[in-house]
Amino acid sequence: MAGFSDPGFDTLALHAGAAPDPATGARAVPLHLSTSFVFESSEHAASLFNLERSGHVYSRISNPTTAVFEERMAALEGGVGAVATASGQAALHLAIATLAGAGSHVVASSALYGGSHNLLHYTLRRFGIETTFVKPDDVDGFRDAIRPNTKLVFGETLGNPGLDVLDIPNVASVAHDAGVPLLVDSTFTTPYLMRPTTLGADLIYHSATKFLGGHGTVVGGVVVDGGRFDWSRSARFPELNQPYEGFHGMTFSEESSEGAFLMRARREGLRDFGACMSPHTAWLILQGIETLPLRMARHVDNARKVALALAAHPMVARVGYPDLDTHPSHKLAQRLLPKGCGAVFSFDLKGSRRQGVAFIEALKIFSHLANVGDCRSLVIHPASTTHFRMDDAALAAAGITAGTIRLSIGLEDADDLLDDLKRALKVAEKSA
Amino acid sequence: MKLHVEGRSAYAYTGGKPFDPHQRVIVFVHGAVHDHGAFNLLARWYAHHGWSALAVDLPAHMRSEGPALARVEDMATWLVALLDVARVRQCVLVGHSMGSLIAMEATRQLLPRQSAIHVTDLVMIGTCVPMPVPQALLDLGRQNLPAALDRVTMHSYASLAPKPSFPGPGVWLRGAGRRLMSMVCDHARDVHGEPDLFSIDFQACNAYTDGLRAAEAVGAQAVCRALLVLGKHDQMTLPKSAAAVAHALRAHVCTTEAGHLPMAEAPDALLHAMRQAGIE
Repeated sequence: MAGFSDPGFDTLALHAGAAPDPATGARAVPLHLSTSFVFESSEHAASLFNLERSGHVYSRISNPTTAVFEERMAALEGGVGAVATASGQAALHLAIATLAGAGSHVVASSALYGGSHNLLHYTLRRFGIETTFVKPDDVDGFRDAIRPNTKLVFGETLGNPGLDVLDIPNVASVAHDAGVPLLVDSTFTTPYLMRPTTLGADLIYHSATKFLGGHGTVVGGVVVDGGRFDWSRSARFPELNQPYEGFHGMTFSEESSEGAFLMRARREGLRDFGACMSPHTAWLILQGIETLPLRMARHVDNARKVALALAAHPMVARVGYPDLDTHPSHKLAQRLLPKGCGAVFSFDLKGSRRQGVAFIEALKIFSHLANVGDCRSLVIHPASTTHFRMDDAALAAAGITAGTIRLSIGLEDADDLLDDLKRALKVAEKSA
Repeated sequence: MKLHVEGRSAYAYTGGKPFDPHQRVIVFVHGAVHDHGAFNLLARWYAHHGWSALAVDLPAHMRSEGPALARVEDMATWLVALLDVARVRQCVLVGHSMGSLIAMEATRQLLPRQSAIHVTDLVMIGTCVPMPVPQALLDLGRQNLPAALDRVTMHSYASLAPKPSFPGPGVWLRGAGRRLMSMVCDHARDVHGEPDLFSIDFQACNAYTDGLRAAEAVGAQAVCRALLVLGKHDQMTLPKSAAAVAHALRAHVCTTEAGHLPMAEAPDALLHAMRQAGIE
């Protein structure tokens, strides 16, 4: 198998972590739907449990198909390895729970996906983990919020709902000066548009449900370790640099200087919390990743066309897409996201909630649902769905208006998407 | 565990069990800009199968204090001193790449004092003697360390999908190997005051021109068994370049489906080769 000396991104998307199956010759990644794997002997079994030999024991901890997905994601992100999880939320929980416990503190961007905000602001607080929220463009705010018990700084590459671009190099620098790692949610950008490890992020996670899978078929997540953070040098992380009674008295940073986080995440997090990915899910997401470069290029191309068309439409008050020079993060986006700003963005209709509803209901190609990153174009009207309990003042505080519409641009012909949107805008205009 | 060797703090991983010099002892020596982690599976296996294991960090490499040592001969002398401090009287020496040269040279240095420390087996992994390093790589290491580490990574692995991965599933070997080398160099610079560990290590390999004489001395006295475990696709130390040292040591040679790092790309095959050679 010599020859893959310096593979590029597209090659890695197809080949990293997988070779023709030695047992059958199968070229595509085989789907190993097996909960468990037979030991060669009692001695072999003991060696696997004690991490003396590498291999698979039980699919909650590892599985051959899932491992291909994990290794491929690590390769695409420029990381050392990855742990696949049952969902993006499970990935975020795993990242936090591996480093933090009761009495810990997290500093997070205030521009987060609602599910992430719920976890940090409400649920983890119940378990003794506090979070301070900072506006994503307030680098000094991140510095000021870090405490002696802070375990993590966290943000999204493109924040919710306004797509604020996180200044990863500067936020990472602030975190590292304090001896704290930076975790980023890279779901909207995927490694095709940005590799956060090259900008200074230490840990990356994705909702693989979105662009990685790409077809709206399965729910999954993944945490990638960039391997850059030296856990042995920080007193903040006894979880990684002191013996862990719960796993053979192992000191993870001694076992692996570059892979300590992953070892604990898998050996404790998957073992005890159990939010593992199904191998069937991993297999389906791998089908998506094989065409990720092609799809993302098309997603971005279509999104640019739609954003430009909407920005010029008289019924549209604002388009929140960092590719446009009207967006507050435009300059940062040009620097950090030269290949594009993804395919999810929102715009504000000039009109009432009723007109927003009329717009949504008039669309034919866009599907009205609560997801993003599908190959099909999607739409949602937050004021009538996810945020329907809020009055206009509360919506404004969340950066949402009665006419805000979120789009996830798919892979259809751009002209068809533009026709669909223009027709629906006309319907909304008439329904005033 | 921490040891005090030649006036400096030294670290050796013991495979998850306390070190006991009265047991059979196996010692692992890593290669250039690596650390003990290169051997963590093997060290754990031996430590839990009736052996006491020491996987050292060489001076200025991660947990062992600097300064770095510039010659293979000096690194071997340091290793012998470490064995003395650890009260080792008999051991198997296992080395990878630069570490294989150190293990062989240490075996030579121990020849006159066999009564003190006896090396029963010498295992050289991913090796050749001499071990020349292209001047272009040495220059690149001084001028552009990330590019030099990229080049070493390019030439170190044979596959994009070695299974079941090392040290466990889900690890991307090229990324992990590249990051470890970078971390070792950063640590050497920031903690040990060694800004150019890459050049020191690779120049040490390049400058060790006495290797075949060391091999002949060890082989002539037939005091220890020798095993060479080579990567069939190794582009760093070509398997054919190991013929002379294999002959001089009268070594058994085993070839694995791997590049320069059989510990990572073929860990089961490596363990099997060592057990077949009687090290079990």
